[in-house]
Amino acid sequence: MRLPSASAGAAPPQEILRPVRTSYIAITLLVALALNLLILPGFLQILRPDFIALTLIYWVVYHPRRVGFLPAWLLGLAMDVADGSLFGQHAFAYAVLMYLSILLHRRIVMFGMRHQVLHVVAILGVAQLVMLVIRLMAGADFPNVLYFAPSIVGALAWPPLFNLIRVPLRPRADPDAV
Amino acid sequence: MEYSPPPFFKRGPSLLTRFAFFSLLSVVLLVSDARFSYLYVLRQVVAVVVYPVQRLSAMPGELFTRVGDFFVTAGQLQRENDQLKRQSLLDTAALQTQQALTNENQHLRQLLAMRERVSREFIAADILYGARDPFTRRVVVDKGFQNGVKAGSAVVDHAGVIGQVTRVFPWLSEVTLVTDKEQAVPIQVQRSGLRGVTFGIGYDGTLELRFMPVNADIQNGDLLVTSGIDGTYPSGLPVAIVTNIERNAAYAFARITCAPAAGVNSYGQVLIVLTDEKLPDNPIPADEGNAKPKKVRKGAP
Repeated sequence: MRLPSASAGAAPPQEILRPVRTSYIAITLLVALALNLLILPGFLQILRPDFIALTLIYWVVYHPRRVGFLPAWLLGLAMDVADGSLFGQHAFAYAVLMYLSILLHRRIVMFGMRHQVLHVVAILGVAQLVMLVIRLMAGADFPNVLYFAPSIVGALAWPPLFNLIRVPLRPRADPDAV
Repeated sequence: MEYSPPPFFKRGPSLLTRFAFFSLLSVVLLVSDARFSYLYVLRQVVAVVVYPVQRLSAMPGELFTRVGDFFVTAGQLQRENDQLKRQSLLDTAALQTQQALTNENQHLRQLLAMRERVSREFIAADILYGARDPFTRRVVVDKGFQNGVKAGSAVVDHAGVIGQVTRVFPWLSEVTLVTDKEQAVPIQVQRSGLRGVTFGIGYDGTLELRFMPVNADIQNGDLLVTSGIDGTYPSGLPVAIVTNIERNAAYAFARITCAPAAGVNSYGQVLIVLTDEKLPDNPIPADEGNAKPKKVRKGAP
């Protein structure tokens, strides 16, 4: 048996989790939306990861049948309106993100946390790049290098988020067990 | 494993098909938003749906501010009170002279049969947050068309113009700051009366006064105030202060950089200025002006 601490680079031991309810998925996505809209002071705002993107990646990678393109796309529209960006910009980015995550999901689960982080930074980076290209085509200027900071912070936030989403899914100890 | 069952199982459209469908839909939205601005209603609908979440997300910040307010010391309050009293005294003096001037102005305008100056209405609003879009400089304020805000209204704070309302939602509006890349404000140099237009630079929070000849009468420290020509910004509001002038005879225009006069990057209370100025009709209707060159080209042999 492999110890959890030794599994940083190799595939993590399969955890037995309780079945996922659709309502739980919806709640996590709504919380992610609220976190994305949370008002933060100056610098934190620049560094804030895209929680919706991370949550979508989690559900697609570990439960690929449960979240489809439509909710992701609608959440993208919500982000566009709340952010005041071009209508369809986040929606397009999330569609790309869904495509990449579904394409890679069987590969990602085979890796340990450290290598999963590398996959996540690539997916988030591509999603941000899509938005950048759209805005540059619409006539905006490239803001600065910090534009890509949310992808890196998001990838670093992947391990804690991974564990956090799983907390309610872990089997509870049965009090009636002998 | 879930994606490799034998092909006779029903699986719905393939991954690539779904991706192509949704990205195509996004592109349609993007083009119609960026080029034609057709999506006003759709944006409003989504805005109403998202509003509760937005309010919920604003709560921690509000709570934080309120807790901060609670721990203000008496000394700070005393100082602020003194300052406000002094300001109020100055304002009262200015107001008294202004009242007389307004009357006189009205009288003179009547005598000269000039157009009446418009009456302005103000809506006080709080800046909720800076829009997260890193490509633009905007803030979101807590009053929308339910409160009478109209798109295109000027937004000012105690020190001057901060921007213009560009999008109105039921309970929120988006204000594009004067430092935004696409924002232009018609101004007048207060000292010399020279007219011009400032443009936001976008990335560094400054403004640029473009198309000013190299020998224009402008100095460092000049205050630029709104000229009121456009009918959007009421005249005489401070916009920016000239910080740097590069006069290079190799170029046709001087390079003039300005710093915004108002607290563009601070959060607080702002006033939305509603003007219903009755401008004389444009001699060339906007559509016709665009269409005319085409007609000429068609008619040309």
